[in-house]
Amino acid sequence: MKGWLKKYSLLLPLVVWLFVFLLLPYCFVFIQSFLESDSFGKTIPGVSIDSYQRAFSNSLYIGTIFRTLMYAVLVAILCILLSLPLAYWIAFKVKRNKTLLYTLISLPLWVSYIIRAYAWKIILGKEGLLNTFLQWAHITDKPVEYFLYSTFSTIVCLVYILTPFVAIPVYTAFEQIPKSLIEAAKDLGAGSFTTFRKVIFPLALPGIISGGTFALVLTMGDFLSPLLLGGPNTLFISNIVQNLFGTSNDRPLGSAVGILILLLIFLILGIAARSEKKYSSLKSDAR
Amino acid sequence: MNTTSLKNFFVSFSGIAVLLFLYFPLAVIVLFSFNGDTVNSFPVQHFSLKWYSVLFRDDELLQSVGTSISIALISTAVALLIGIPAAYAMHKYDFKGKKLIDKIVLMPITLPGIVTGVAMLSFFPFVGVKISLTAVTFGHITFLCAIVVTQMLARFKRLDPYLEQAAYDLGATPSATFFKVILPNIKTAIIGCVLLCLVLSMDEIPVTFFLIAGNNTLPLEIYAMMRRGITPEVNAISTLIFIFSTTAILLSMRLNKEK
Repeated sequence: MKGWLKKYSLLLPLVVWLFVFLLLPYCFVFIQSFLESDSFGKTIPGVSIDSYQRAFSNSLYIGTIFRTLMYAVLVAILCILLSLPLAYWIAFKVKRNKTLLYTLISLPLWVSYIIRAYAWKIILGKEGLLNTFLQWAHITDKPVEYFLYSTFSTIVCLVYILTPFVAIPVYTAFEQIPKSLIEAAKDLGAGSFTTFRKVIFPLALPGIISGGTFALVLTMGDFLSPLLLGGPNTLFISNIVQNLFGTSNDRPLGSAVGILILLLIFLILGIAARSEKKYSSLKSDAR
Repeated sequence: MNTTSLKNFFVSFSGIAVLLFLYFPLAVIVLFSFNGDTVNSFPVQHFSLKWYSVLFRDDELLQSVGTSISIALISTAVALLIGIPAAYAMHKYDFKGKKLIDKIVLMPITLPGIVTGVAMLSFFPFVGVKISLTAVTFGHITFLCAIVVTQMLARFKRLDPYLEQAAYDLGATPSATFFKVILPNIKTAIIGCVLLCLVLSMDEIPVTFFLIAGNNTLPLEIYAMMRRGITPEVNAISTLIFIFSTTAILLSMRLNKEK
């Protein structure tokens, strides 16, 4: 009895806190998505699936969800393409200072989001680094406008911010591959590219999938990059949610769209977990 | 050069290129913070510390630094107070729902920030927390709990199990054991955790964005400055934040590795 009491008194503050300030808010969004709103967006008493119907019937909502998903897939692929050479280099080519390099790839993760986004504003702006450099080198004779405040700059920024999230699991996956397997492939006459394609890549696939999923899910929930670097036509689904809770103030609809984003993310995570499992069984076969 | 060394060169080159890509934008900010001109153009013409002196005369910005520091200190302290005992209980005892707590505590990190933000925005007023800096602090405490619990749980797991047993065998009470044996052993991990929490709180945007009213926190002040147009002052404050975060994080990583 006494041990029971002690155990719970240690846990209670955290459990109560999480219940009141985390679980209840999440539940409330779910409930709010079934409330009704009048034509001004004000929440009025009543329960219906009206918000979901509006979300599904208006291409602004359902269309943007799918467009954001496409952007997220693109961001994930680009992050993977950047992570592969980086992780490969550190895992297989670097002999000394591996820990230092690992720290170097994980460090940007902790550096303020706003600063990393702001950097691209200096680089891509009309009078920014890239444009003035291009003119200085006489490659272009006037500034390229679409570098900044466009979907392009938004994607560049997201890829930049999310690459470390992908590089770390990819690197870990590379490091876990038994060196003997790579030696064996080489002994059997495989070149480095064949070894990569037939041995390293398939074995690292679970890590690559898990990294790509991070990038995908984080892009789905990001509203800052489009806000800071996007153009008038750059619209990510999170920006719509943000507007529905801000200027247009239609909370039931905002909550419904938020719930739809969450469901989509759970679906993605489910698929990713299944495919990670599927491809890691290949790993145990190879061993 | 034969093909093998050419290939090797290509692999190393592309790896290094990506690493440079990760640091190039940060280097650009640092470089331009010393730029004497108002435009961030290539090449840099004059070097000066002008923007740093502008920065230290910007009252609004300095106030936002103060706001961020107080929020970070309070939320870190509260998160430690409720997170460490819970992590200790989760390490020491087996009970139903342990996995569930583990999952829930991580939700602010695993679920998209926008959903957490609007959820808190909608619900906090119902429990008497008005949208204000207090609400921001409550939001920060909530996500810092995730950091404290995971970091401390990992530390407790590395603790020598005989240490505690020895204390009990020598007649120490459970609370004496915790304060005199366990706490001194996890001291460095706690400091590491504090540094991490401070950095994360001072950089947080998604939740703060929705809960704030009145004075801005530092990242939101920078956000406001960015929307007003690029002022080179942002380069200077960003450089300082970058130095602060990097130092704190490297120190935190080091402390967490120590035994």
